[in-house]
Amino acid sequence: MLELQNVNAYYGSIHALRDVSLKIEAGEIVTLIGANGAGKSTTLMAICGIMPVQSGKILFRGEEIQSMRPENIVSLGLCQVPEGRHIFPELTVRENLDMGAFLRRDKSGIKKDLDHVYSLFPILEKRRNQPGSNLSGGEQQMLAMSRALMARPQLLLLDEPSMGLAPLVIQQVFDIIERINRESDTTVFLVEQNANQALRIANRGYVIENGEIVLSDSGDKLLNNPDVQKAYLGI
Amino acid sequence: MDYFVELFFSGLTRGSIYALIALGYTMVYGIIGLINFAHGEIYMIGAFTSFVVASVLSIMGLPLLAIIVLAGLAAAIWASAYGYTIEKIAYKPLRNAPRLSPLISAIGMSIFLQNYVLLAQTSNFLPFPELIPDFEFLEPIAHIIGTTDIVILLTTAVSMIALLILIKFTRMGKAMRATAQDKTMARLVGINVDRVISNTFIVGSALAAIGGMLIASHVGQINFYIGFIAGIKAFTAAVLGGIGSIPGAVLGGFILGLTESFATGYVSSDYEDVFAFSLLVLILLFKPAGLLGKSSIEKV
Repeated sequence: MLELQNVNAYYGSIHALRDVSLKIEAGEIVTLIGANGAGKSTTLMAICGIMPVQSGKILFRGEEIQSMRPENIVSLGLCQVPEGRHIFPELTVRENLDMGAFLRRDKSGIKKDLDHVYSLFPILEKRRNQPGSNLSGGEQQMLAMSRALMARPQLLLLDEPSMGLAPLVIQQVFDIIERINRESDTTVFLVEQNANQALRIANRGYVIENGEIVLSDSGDKLLNNPDVQKAYLGI
Repeated sequence: MDYFVELFFSGLTRGSIYALIALGYTMVYGIIGLINFAHGEIYMIGAFTSFVVASVLSIMGLPLLAIIVLAGLAAAIWASAYGYTIEKIAYKPLRNAPRLSPLISAIGMSIFLQNYVLLAQTSNFLPFPELIPDFEFLEPIAHIIGTTDIVILLTTAVSMIALLILIKFTRMGKAMRATAQDKTMARLVGINVDRVISNTFIVGSALAAIGGMLIASHVGQINFYIGFIAGIKAFTAAVLGGIGSIPGAVLGGFILGLTESFATGYVSSDYEDVFAFSLLVLILLFKPAGLLGKSSIEKV
């Protein structure tokens, strides 16, 4: 579904991504774990066309997307829920959801997906006329994920969906991610600092350090890998 | 009492023009955080365009209403083309530059356009044709509110309602609001942010051009320098109401217009600017973000 081949990207003179290569197959949940500033969000921004790629290739369903404009990448079915959720604060919940379907023209399909996200998150329907900034952190995360689902993505990129949330809500968020993956056949690429939870639901995982992929394996094996346990799981 | 009402309506008329121009300032600021100092010149170019078109059409002997509508349309379209081009050549290349650079570029653009019109036209005041006649049925109230005032108020109201509908309900308007609130996220949901910015300049310029035509036919003369004064006033109105806020720009425009009108009527026309800018200082002292502005901390 998605493949990165030797991707390099720079912030000014800082080499932020060094020959990053990774692969995500259709239907998988793949996670990318790493410390603060390792290049996790940069990887996602490069995939979405926001961070310019200096060299290397990004293939989405066989098509090279590394030099496409962000809106064209979205229209291919690749959506990101960015770190910090980025809810449009002054748009209502409903309008935020509409923005997710910005590029779609099929009114009846949009309506169906709206009902679907309302059934996943009934709280959003209750609060549909409130401005996005009124929601709590957990509700905002649900809104952000729903907004991405409104684009009916093939591949959903999630950047630290558990950040700043209470443990109970985190559990809910991870449950929903699994559900989205299973029920609507959406491939998920999950970036997390919460490595423990992420590896538990992931088929496979990659570890990134200083802009370089240093390790990749199945979720279970990474959970039991002593280096990973020491560095990211606090065991 | 009649005198008060007369001043009130003349203030509303002035205020509505300030509001029309202020909308362009505030919309551009809301989207890219830039004070577009060339915006006053767009207004001036709108006035000149409507002047040329109206003159030609009246020689051709078209009916008055057709002249007004066509001149207004021509001014709006031509000024929008200027607004669009200015953004593309003077601001877009500086999108990622420090904030001061586009500001200086804007001031440069303003000076350039003034001198360009000065050279292409004349430095003299040109008599602007009186487009709007005095309607007879308005005779009984003519001593408090003139026909031009009514036409200006109505045109402004229609323009503002159209803008409101555009922003609130259309796809383009939603994209504008989303872009103003979070540019990164706007791109992530598939909005072409460059196009939204262009559209903002086009809409703002069209409003300013309509204001330019209305005020020119009201005052009866134009020259290359009218954009500077009007621009500063409209900018003041936008800051007064809270820059970035669309209702704020309208409110600020009306408050400024009324203040000037009452200052002129009860004190002296020499002091109208003193009152206008004192009011600005006072409001900013107590509400630094303007009347309807959000007091957000500037992220550096």
